[in-house]
Amino acid sequence: MLQGINLACVRGDRRLFKAVNFTLEAGGLMQVHGPNGSGKTSLLRILCGLSSPALGEINWCGASIRDLKGEYFSNLTYIGHLSGTKDDLTVLENLRISSALAGEHVSEIQARDALMRMGLNGREFLPAKVLSQGQRRRVALARLLVCKTKLWILDEPLAALDVMAVQLIQELLERHLAEKGLVVMTTHQAIDVAAISTVHLRLT
Amino acid sequence: MLFWIIQRDLLLAIRRRSDVLTTLFFFVIVVSLFPLSVGPEMNLLRTMAPGIVWVAALLASMLSLGRLFSSDYLDGTLEQMLLSPQSLSILVLGKALAHWLVTGVPLVLMAPVLGIQYDLPADALFVLVMSLLLGTPVLSLIGAIGAALTLGLRGGGVLVSLLVLPLYIPVLIFGAGAVEANMAGVSYDAHLSLLGAFLLVSLVLAPWAIAASLRVSME
Repeated sequence: MLQGINLACVRGDRRLFKAVNFTLEAGGLMQVHGPNGSGKTSLLRILCGLSSPALGEINWCGASIRDLKGEYFSNLTYIGHLSGTKDDLTVLENLRISSALAGEHVSEIQARDALMRMGLNGREFLPAKVLSQGQRRRVALARLLVCKTKLWILDEPLAALDVMAVQLIQELLERHLAEKGLVVMTTHQAIDVAAISTVHLRLT
Repeated sequence: MLFWIIQRDLLLAIRRRSDVLTTLFFFVIVVSLFPLSVGPEMNLLRTMAPGIVWVAALLASMLSLGRLFSSDYLDGTLEQMLLSPQSLSILVLGKALAHWLVTGVPLVLMAPVLGIQYDLPADALFVLVMSLLLGTPVLSLIGAIGAALTLGLRGGGVLVSLLVLPLYIPVLIFGAGAVEANMAGVSYDAHLSLLGAFLLVSLVLAPWAIAASLRVSME
């Protein structure tokens, strides 16, 4: 499904990584490991199509993502370091608008249900600026519950989350993988996700 | 989709009214400074009025360009827009239109009141409003290209003015020209037609240019 061929990334005059190859099939999980500054986020941004690799090609179902564009994006949910929540909008508005941007129209009931499952019930109408870092993260991750995309690219999804939430995300990932979804993620925390196939990519 | 993004930006503007009001008050104050500084010479004021109102409108609409993409950029919403299955051109068209509704429309509504300070006759006020109505969306659309190009740069605000102001000149000439033509008793149709043409051309080409600039800035 998702295939990276001979990827290389250059930032300024520093080469972050080269000759990165991987193949991820349906139901597969790819964990990207590496110390700070080794290019994990850069790799994920390249996989999303946000930036282009210095060398190499990324294929989705056999076609280059550069040619697929919108068709690839409709299969993709990316949650990066920046949570993409607007301070002045309420939690509910944030979820509904960010899902609408991703092409998924979510009814208020669906959105409230997703927020409840993320442990945010009672806070739907609070503006996002009063939330803690971990709660913002939960708002961003609630999108995973409402968007029915195949490929999830998650950059440090567990950062700032408490033990309960980590457990919740783990279950969420396992269910997505069991439903033939694909997950690419980076994390510094040890997390044990059961998957049909797990690829460990180490950047140095 | 266009509707969603416009609705979102309007909602954000309502939650942050101060941003809208600063632009409007800037416009009001700049226009009001001139009669105070040059004195109550009616004929002089009447000839100066169209130019002053238009220059003030240019500066006021530029004042808010910095915020057009920067807040979305800082909180990561812009990344999500780039990854939207919808065409990015449509999204940025929505953002530019929302910018116009929030900053351009109040200027258009305020202009006739300010025109009275300059003793403009009623039909000249009408032409002034018409020219602003056609011209201010062009300012938002062209300005958005500059804002997208300078996204994430230090000192981007000054750079935006250097990039965008020269491109505003044709709009300024024909916008102010329409009112002057009306006061000179000549037909102003040509000026307004040209402004309309600018609007149509920028509606078609600007979203594409904004989207391309955003992709470059986000690399």
